[in-house]
Amino acid sequence: MSATKDDLLWMYAAMVKARYYEDTMATVYMEGKKPKFDIGAGLVPGEMHLAAGQEPCAAGVCVHLRNDDTVTAPHRPHHVAIAKGVDLNRMTAEIFGRVDGLGGGRGGHMHLFDPAVNFVCSGIIAEGAPPAVGAALGARMNGRDAIAVSYVGEGAPNQGGFHEALNLAGVWQLPVVFIIEDNSWGISVPKSKSTAVADNAIRAPGYAMPGVRIENNDVLTLYDAAADAVARARAGQGPTLIEVETYRYYGHFQGDPEIYRPKDEVKGLKAKDPIDRLYHYLMDNQITDSSDLEAIAQRCREEVDAAYAFARKSPEPAPEAALEHVFV
Amino acid sequence: MPSSRKLTVSRAMSEAIAQEMRADPQTFVMGEDVGAFEGVFDSTLGLLEEFGEERVRDTPISETGFIGAGVGAAMSGMRPIVELMFVDFIGVCMNAVYNLAAKNTYFSAGNCKVPMVLMTGTGGGYNDAAQHSQALHATFAHLPGLKVVAPSNAYDAKGLLTTAIRDDNPVVYMFHKGLQGLVWMASPAGAATEVPEESYTIPFGEARTVRSGRDVTIVAISMTVHGALAAAEELATEGIEAEVIDLRTLVPLDRDTVIESVKRTGHLVVADEDYRSYGLTSEVITSVVEAHPDYLKGPPQRVAMPDIPVPYSRPMEDAMLPNAERIASAARHTTGRG
Repeated sequence: MSATKDDLLWMYAAMVKARYYEDTMATVYMEGKKPKFDIGAGLVPGEMHLAAGQEPCAAGVCVHLRNDDTVTAPHRPHHVAIAKGVDLNRMTAEIFGRVDGLGGGRGGHMHLFDPAVNFVCSGIIAEGAPPAVGAALGARMNGRDAIAVSYVGEGAPNQGGFHEALNLAGVWQLPVVFIIEDNSWGISVPKSKSTAVADNAIRAPGYAMPGVRIENNDVLTLYDAAADAVARARAGQGPTLIEVETYRYYGHFQGDPEIYRPKDEVKGLKAKDPIDRLYHYLMDNQITDSSDLEAIAQRCREEVDAAYAFARKSPEPAPEAALEHVFV
Repeated sequence: MPSSRKLTVSRAMSEAIAQEMRADPQTFVMGEDVGAFEGVFDSTLGLLEEFGEERVRDTPISETGFIGAGVGAAMSGMRPIVELMFVDFIGVCMNAVYNLAAKNTYFSAGNCKVPMVLMTGTGGGYNDAAQHSQALHATFAHLPGLKVVAPSNAYDAKGLLTTAIRDDNPVVYMFHKGLQGLVWMASPAGAATEVPEESYTIPFGEARTVRSGRDVTIVAISMTVHGALAAAEELATEGIEAEVIDLRTLVPLDRDTVIESVKRTGHLVVADEDYRSYGLTSEVITSVVEAHPDYLKGPPQRVAMPDIPVPYSRPMEDAMLPNAERIASAARHTTGRG
């Protein structure tokens, strides 16, 4: 299988938009945090986990999804949310803690919920996997062909909940695609020191499902693997596990001193940047031209800029609004 | 003429689930041994036979997985009833309950809802030791975003479970194993009651005054309601008329009924099988004292499990559990007739 021009350009746009979103956030996040960094100060308070470099994981999978498919994302969710079509204005307002946010400022950047596109988040490692199984179960019990995709990082396969979810999906043959974004680092601990196997995809046969490892952060091979996985799930043929080798350009969180990783690692990763590679693929194969790609990028930047402007203008919530929405 | 018959708590629970499953195809049950076994504590009697394996779903021993799946199913439009066999097992799966089920509504400003019932067996009194005997009421009631229910009898068990299933919020339904009417475990005479055949609901947050009295208010829940009633009978022979209030739900908590009673009696005893410190007993007393520091004419009393793991051996456990004797003693003390 190879991607259509429409899908290729869709993925390019999703990746460019996510990259620009995260790079913008890296700057915006520092407003009010200089000269002395205080995590609770500034325009955007709290922890901030950015996904620049990991865009293929989002675009290469979500290109195959529909609005009624559920995605559960972990603590580093922006690129996936963007690819799933989460309302960018309200997502950004939520990250700013503003009244127009998806949760009116009650959740913040690790807890983004957009039921219009069935996107949910959890800041607890691996804990999006069981709810994805439940969403898939619900779809099947209702006779719908919607599927669920669970995103986790490569640290999550060392959590019990991850394995319980895979076993449930396997024993019940549910339409779930499990995506592991392997950026090599669980905060400061390298995968080689935390995980007994180099390739988490080899765990899949233990749960009666196919396992695929995508090397080198390659959106095109991921596109093909995810197409198969989504098609299998939608056809009632059960779950799939896909681990994607990906890159984390920023620290685990903004403000991370990154004393644990080699100083030139990110430089080396950026030399094989996945967006650059897709750009050259599109050009070299004469799928489109540079002016078209620049027009796409420009539209993405404008959309992101508008979202940040929307968030800046949105009022702060009334303090007493904190008491609302504990229950429906 | 609507008919009723005497049912055990477990029969009443099973009937509530069956009626809701008939009425709403989105409703289903999952948990360990809820199918052919019909629930280790008989909470799913007859359900597999009527509804089949798809909707009465035995799970692997994976509480983190299947309770988390319950959250995901609830958020996708289903109404799962998920059983955690013993409440003590919450230690392996609390995240799904308090970080997902309890918070997703809030995170989403009510745009997402989690209409899930987590039903779970509580309580001791049959020498099962500290990993299978806890009440843990306050553990759940303490966490914002969960409604918490603990019935004391079959009538309430059915009505409260029906309300729980129809609620759009996560509800922790805590049934005491010793009230179920199991053939292999003793239960107090008052647990099995007349239960209407037709479906009905009991609103959350409405305590029931089980016995009226002018001298002391005894607030109880779940198993301690039966101890409180037995204590009241004993106290009556001594000329102390106790009012017994069954809270029925911890969240929401019917403070008004308690306060109104204490205004008349001037004395308060709170009995709960959960641990003594930081628990329901303190919450109820504080609710009264905070609002009306002048109502109490004697020191309020807590009758609860001491702050120890539930002991195994019969004489030790019997001495530690709240019972009629300890409740009566507390009532005598607070009324100055001890």
